[in-house]
Amino acid sequence: MSAKQVKDTAQEIKEHPMEGLLRMDRMPHIWCSTCGLGTTVTALATAINQLGLDTNKMAVVSGIGCTGRVAGYLKLDSFHTTHGRALPFALGLHISRPDMKVIVFSGDGDLISIGGNHFIHTARRNVDITVICVNNFIYAMTGGQVAPTTPVTAKSSTTPYGCYEHPFNLPRLAASSGATYVARWTALHIRRMTNSFKEAIAKPGFSFVEVIAPCSTLYARLNRLGTGLDLMKFYHDNSVIKHGIEPKDADIDFQSKIVVGKFIDIEKPTYIECLNDANKHVFGDKYKPYGGSDGSY
Amino acid sequence: MKYWRTPLDIDKLKIPRGELHIIKERCKGCGFCVEYCPKDVLELSDEFNSKGYHPPVAARPENCVNCDLCEMLCPDFAIYCTRVEDEKEVAR
Repeated sequence: MSAKQVKDTAQEIKEHPMEGLLRMDRMPHIWCSTCGLGTTVTALATAINQLGLDTNKMAVVSGIGCTGRVAGYLKLDSFHTTHGRALPFALGLHISRPDMKVIVFSGDGDLISIGGNHFIHTARRNVDITVICVNNFIYAMTGGQVAPTTPVTAKSSTTPYGCYEHPFNLPRLAASSGATYVARWTALHIRRMTNSFKEAIAKPGFSFVEVIAPCSTLYARLNRLGTGLDLMKFYHDNSVIKHGIEPKDADIDFQSKIVVGKFIDIEKPTYIECLNDANKHVFGDKYKPYGGSDGSY
Repeated sequence: MKYWRTPLDIDKLKIPRGELHIIKERCKGCGFCVEYCPKDVLELSDEFNSKGYHPPVAARPENCVNCDLCEMLCPDFAIYCTRVEDEKEVAR
């Protein structure tokens, strides 16, 4: 590329409105063409911008995988943990700095399979963190192995004749473990997803948002579903919005209707509130409460 | 755009106008913006960027209403929209 062309390209690149929240020195990102992850990151950045939160008091934690790269691309305090351990790290971060908003942004293989036990126990304790789980039905970064969310009969590189295991229903798992906010959207529902992220971040307690995103290179290719754009068209035609239904009715079968919406939104004392109540009961007035929304600790 | 009834405040209504900015070198040619533009402004161009993808081009830029849908759907942060002040009257 000649010097003049380089100058022209530099002049062409102007300020994108998301650039304040993204580490632009790391762009272009590693995600494939027609992957839904970039759209989900845009929705989260828009939600943070619209809430007007202090970005110095926010942290993003990810595990390993395609979605695990998000922590490296957002210009917030971020940590890229080992595989499946995003939630224990986030729990420790939240307890040591209760004034910070902690967002866990990770994939289905990381959060639900390898970190499955951490997931149910963080939800059980109702720790005040927001979990965004991007579900692409497969272990995408490692070559398309079967995941605990792969629907029955869907092909993956380790189940070439079709998956025969029963998949997890993530909203049901989160709700039955004790989450106070559970929603599911696809990568196409950008405005509803942004609103859901805003509600989840503002919600005290364990909030869980599942985002169904297309994986063009592995899931769509192995199952002959076309490109990510074809999957987006499939979401457009086959998503059914049903707010407030029982999460057990939100199962996903292979290429079936996808039930989306806000399923659970309840009030429950959070982990730090329970800790303070229990210690106040034992120690009485000698106990100085820990944490709190004003950041005093 | 057709109305099922004429709005009472049609004299005051203005259609907003937007200007598209496409960062061609960042584009990966997924076509989300082209497919989901509600006013059918964009088209995939024949030219290549340095990665070998076809970036979109604003084929009908006068139709853009600054809805920001392309900006929110773009997975590569490669397109955005800014508001232009000169607004069009709503056609009756």
